[in-house]
Amino acid sequence: MSLIDVKNLTVQFKTDEGLVTAVDDVSFSLKPGEVMGLVGESGSGKSVTAKSLMKLNARNTVYGSDSRITLHLDDGPVDVMGLKRPRDMQVVRGGAVSMIFQEPMASFAPAMTIGSQMVEQLLIHTNMNKKQAKDLSIEMLDRVGILDPAIRFGQYAFELSGGMRQRAMIAMALSTKPKLLIADEPTTALDVTIQAQVLDLMRDLVSEFGMGIIFITHDLSVVAQTADKVAVMYLGRILESGPVRDVIRTPAHAYTRGLLNALPRLDDLDAPLTPIPGDIPSPLERPNGCVFHPRNPELQPGSRYETERPPLTEVSPGHFAALFPEDVPSLP
Amino acid sequence: MTKPLIRTKDLSVEFSIGGKIFNKKTLKAVNDVSFEIPRGAFVGVVGESGSGKTTLGRALLNAVDITGGEAEYDDGEVQFDLTNMSPGDLKEYRRRAQLIFQDPYAALSPRMTVRDIIAEPLEVMGLTKSREETDARVREIAGKCRLNLEHLRRYPHAFSGGQRQRISIARALASNPRFVIADECVAALDVSIQADILNLLKSLQKDLGLTFMFISHDLSVVAHTCDHVVVMYHGKIVESAPTRELFANPQQEYTRNLLAAIPSLDPDQKSRAPAVG
Repeated sequence: MSLIDVKNLTVQFKTDEGLVTAVDDVSFSLKPGEVMGLVGESGSGKSVTAKSLMKLNARNTVYGSDSRITLHLDDGPVDVMGLKRPRDMQVVRGGAVSMIFQEPMASFAPAMTIGSQMVEQLLIHTNMNKKQAKDLSIEMLDRVGILDPAIRFGQYAFELSGGMRQRAMIAMALSTKPKLLIADEPTTALDVTIQAQVLDLMRDLVSEFGMGIIFITHDLSVVAQTADKVAVMYLGRILESGPVRDVIRTPAHAYTRGLLNALPRLDDLDAPLTPIPGDIPSPLERPNGCVFHPRNPELQPGSRYETERPPLTEVSPGHFAALFPEDVPSLP
Repeated sequence: MTKPLIRTKDLSVEFSIGGKIFNKKTLKAVNDVSFEIPRGAFVGVVGESGSGKTTLGRALLNAVDITGGEAEYDDGEVQFDLTNMSPGDLKEYRRRAQLIFQDPYAALSPRMTVRDIIAEPLEVMGLTKSREETDARVREIAGKCRLNLEHLRRYPHAFSGGQRQRISIARALASNPRFVIADECVAALDVSIQADILNLLKSLQKDLGLTFMFISHDLSVVAHTCDHVVVMYHGKIVESAPTRELFANPQQEYTRNLLAAIPSLDPDQKSRAPAVG
């Protein structure tokens, strides 16, 4: 039984220049206790996809008519796309779904103490009274490894270091016991040592709480360290998805290979860094066929990919890539 | 043996952080740093936030006051004592030492065309005599930085992050400097663009005989671009070694922790968080 099913999600934005497609026919599902990495460069639509799960996109958003997001909770399925009133949306905004943002300094209100922000959201989303909310908040701060949680509870965001702020953010996101946690680049602004601590913490929390996590990042090594499965996005489409080991060790799509070849690796200092040729096209000029074909060095001119959109084809069990079946590499 | 381009001895930078006249509090952002940058080298400076790596770079550019120790610059043509610069010296030094900034979105004026952005240092420093000469120089450097010459009339908003960073690099190199400090210049870029910019910096260094000080928090980037690495922590240099040696055989506990914390691309090899400190 899956926790969340996303089917044919298409998101467009109305702008002065016309409709801009940010997410194009994206489908995936996540089980409880599973961590999915959503990887892509800037403009790939990974954050827009995640925000759609909470209907947090701006007012000029147009969702595709056959887009379906279904959240399976204990008291029955919730059709997220069908939520209209802000009161109904509370279930996906901080109730059953929580989100951690990239910049912990920008996501805490500067003029309220950490504690009062944690208590505030608990009072909205649970039936706790103030005393219970305070006790739980302090307990959560303790759980994420913050020393002297009772003192930190009364402090402001600026009094905490970057790593501690991100821990407090995680404590706050987890205090409502969400079924699904969306983490949008949670470690990008942090130093490597702090990043390692936060990743450790998230691994522990999955095994303890059994929640599903969608982990958005541009960093494939962070995905390798945290996720069970991964979806690689480019210009709003999933080009490859599957178990994290299969995708990273035997990438089937040229874009995934390109990302891996551009990554500086510590195990081979002599390996040249190979950039993906060309630039990301403007969102107003989406390529026909496969969105990656203008930058794909492996394609011959005049190939099918220039006009036809390749389907997601299974290359090995559970491992899909946007390729025509005849191009699927045969397994050794 | 030629003299190093930059040599410092017990270099310190202190900032005042309040306090009354008799018990002024200061913060030593750079604390007794002694190191050398050989001519033509690509030296990486790594450290976590607050380690003093940016302040060290700024001190070497004379952008913050050096409060103690020695620092010298010698490119074979001119020599400067960086702790004691006359306004004339500083003007000449500004031409020879340049900075590439981290954020290509914030570093370029939205109201200037790419041509004007690259030409500005030439005009301000009076390096070219006529508009034709300026244009020729702008085209030359833009070509070296692999910018499309047709783009020179456009404004920065029309460009992606990678192209903007190439514009910043062209501006930094317009005055034909000998010493370039790149402060986290790929931190805001996607990996595939990052690879492109790193390759560009390496090839420019070779073609133009530049000396680079490359400040970064990302050890894997430094490992791939620099030939020498300096590790900073709390304003001090903890370890300094040729890149291969440092990554193969780190001598200091702190460097080992830093290396162990880098997430590995192999899902079966877990990175380790250092003991909470």
